[in-house]
Amino acid sequence: MNFKSLKLLLAAVVLSIASSPTVYAAGGGVELLDANVNLDNKLSLARGAKFYANYCMGCHSLKYSRYNRVAADLGLDEETIKSLIFTRDEDNEINKPGALMTNSIPVKDSARWFGTSPPDLTVVARARGGGDWIYSYLKGFYRDESRPLGVNNTVFANVGMPHVLAELQGMQELEEHDDGHGHVTKTLKLVEPGKMSPGEYDQLARDLTGFLVYVAEPAQLHRTFYGILTLLFLSVFFVIAYFLKKEFWKDIH
Amino acid sequence: MNGLLNWIDARFPLTDTWNKHIAEYYAPKNFNFFYFFGSLAMLVLVLQIVTGVFLTMHYKPDAELAFASVEYIMRDVPGGWFIRYMHSTGASMFFIVVYLHMFRGLIYGSFKGPRELVWLIGMLIYLALMAEAFMGYMLPWGQMSFWGAQVIINLFNTIPFIGDVVSTTIRGDFVISDPTLNRFFAFHVIAVPLILVGLVFVHIVALHAVGSNNPDGVEIKKYKDENGIPLDGIRFHPYYTVKDIVGVVGFLIVFFAILFFMPEGGGYFLEHANFEPANPLKTPEHIAPVWYFTPFYTVLRAVPDPWYGTLAMFAAIAVLFVLPWLDKNPIKSIRYRNMAHLINITWFAVTFIVLGVLGVLVVTDEFRELGTRATQIYFLFFAVTYVHSRPHQANYVMWFVILLVPVLLWDYLRLDPSFTENQRGLFWEMMLIPVIYLATTLLLPKFVAKANAEKDVPTRVTG
Repeated sequence: MNFKSLKLLLAAVVLSIASSPTVYAAGGGVELLDANVNLDNKLSLARGAKFYANYCMGCHSLKYSRYNRVAADLGLDEETIKSLIFTRDEDNEINKPGALMTNSIPVKDSARWFGTSPPDLTVVARARGGGDWIYSYLKGFYRDESRPLGVNNTVFANVGMPHVLAELQGMQELEEHDDGHGHVTKTLKLVEPGKMSPGEYDQLARDLTGFLVYVAEPAQLHRTFYGILTLLFLSVFFVIAYFLKKEFWKDIH
Repeated sequence: MNGLLNWIDARFPLTDTWNKHIAEYYAPKNFNFFYFFGSLAMLVLVLQIVTGVFLTMHYKPDAELAFASVEYIMRDVPGGWFIRYMHSTGASMFFIVVYLHMFRGLIYGSFKGPRELVWLIGMLIYLALMAEAFMGYMLPWGQMSFWGAQVIINLFNTIPFIGDVVSTTIRGDFVISDPTLNRFFAFHVIAVPLILVGLVFVHIVALHAVGSNNPDGVEIKKYKDENGIPLDGIRFHPYYTVKDIVGVVGFLIVFFAILFFMPEGGGYFLEHANFEPANPLKTPEHIAPVWYFTPFYTVLRAVPDPWYGTLAMFAAIAVLFVLPWLDKNPIKSIRYRNMAHLINITWFAVTFIVLGVLGVLVVTDEFRELGTRATQIYFLFFAVTYVHSRPHQANYVMWFVILLVPVLLWDYLRLDPSFTENQRGLFWEMMLIPVIYLATTLLLPKFVAKANAEKDVPTRVTG
């Protein structure tokens, strides 16, 4: 056991004592940033899928979704989708594209490490009422030495998750400005730059958000199309039905 | 073809039934917009049953598997998302249609003699529908499924002496768990639907025995031609079948617009929190029932004591049953009643909506007080309706005082020294609401003759 994981374990023990199970507490009253999700931008969703597989899926499964469904919906070829599969089946073979997007994080251990086991995120975008919360969350990490993992989050107070994207985003700090009338505004300021520029990180957060919005309800890529067809048909039907009724009712006074 | 029909008719009253209920069922010719909702309710019932059958093929009533099986339907079952959204949108649309159908009965006096049984059976359908919807909402096994059911089942806990036994019997366990899910599934897919379909059948048989009411509240059977056919009646088929097709298509346009473009109904048809799997260890911050239960939920929350609150909630539903015996005014339609009655009905409709809106909101001092006042008006409505039965003989001032007494008595009982200044202020301010309500419905017709004047009911239907 190396020093880093010992520190993590220690932090997790402190955390599990300190934090109650109400980890999904909503960001009460915090204004959310507009995620501007565009589901027609398949390239963005595909980038989001790639980032998700590499940075998030080790802890957060998408266990109701299948790799091949994501590939088909986002236009990924077989090579690409296979490159995103890291889990193995019971025969220790790498999973097939038809498999569910699970991971192998131990539930009980991870609950000990982080205070709660990392939740599955397949439908998180629907549970949070859209992508804005996710986008704000991804951009909301800031340094907070009072927390066991050294970070906190503006939309998810006392979050148990470490800032895994810190190497890309860098580290932010929360600055409070008092306007003299007791009204405090809080802003985040980047104090240590990461590998990405703020613009690049915004795009990453948007890609990830878009992907999660998509994966929460794959049907939304198609349902508006069917909706327009259905409503067109019904509108024509309505006109016909209306005149049919009029014709029949001519002699009723 | 005719030979086959004769063969059947000799063995089963097929032509008879067709004629009695469709082809030669004479309905008033002056049905308006509100008369679409009866046939629409039947349409939605059929849609719910058909989509329900397909959902049952893929759904797993098991606490471990239920949530995942719903997501499986949404993703892996071909067309599954469409079937599921039909069912979830259908549930909300069912209540919209039924509420409008009931409101129609209220304003045109369709509950009055000789249609009391039609109304009573309809109320039983409404009860069964609420049970059906409540149990169905548990099946996706999300956070709201679980905690919503927790709140409702705990209501039975408040029954004195036997509450524990009752709620344990309902759950099949000491907490909501797998057995609860299984029995709710059984009730939802077979027991209650059977009752519903049976009641709908009886509802229609009873209706066709007495004949349909209409916006004028005129009995068309009083005036018949030499063949015994009501002069103001027209054959249900083809006249109302073709008319109902227009209504059905119009309804489907709304239905599918919601289904395809906003299936979550803004978080009211499918609540956001229900996309998190049920977790008995994690209480959601804000538990709101689905929108169609919220008026009664507000009544429940208006009474601080849980047992009396539960009673008030059930009383709010029960009082609707006796409506035919409260409103004894011989004039059926709102068109010919006095203005005070129109004002009374308007208050009731607004109150019902206010109660519904408050039911989804987090309780604040304002909402608690407003909810209490709305609850008072909800119950006062029925008493005022009774007083309006005889508008020319009624002693309005006496009734104004009599009805103010329970309001003041309730207020006296709940005005607690522990009220904060804000609560106390709201208490006094909003006391105006029931006073204004009673003044506009009881004092206005007393002192303004125009507001008490009833119009002559025509002998035949108009328009």
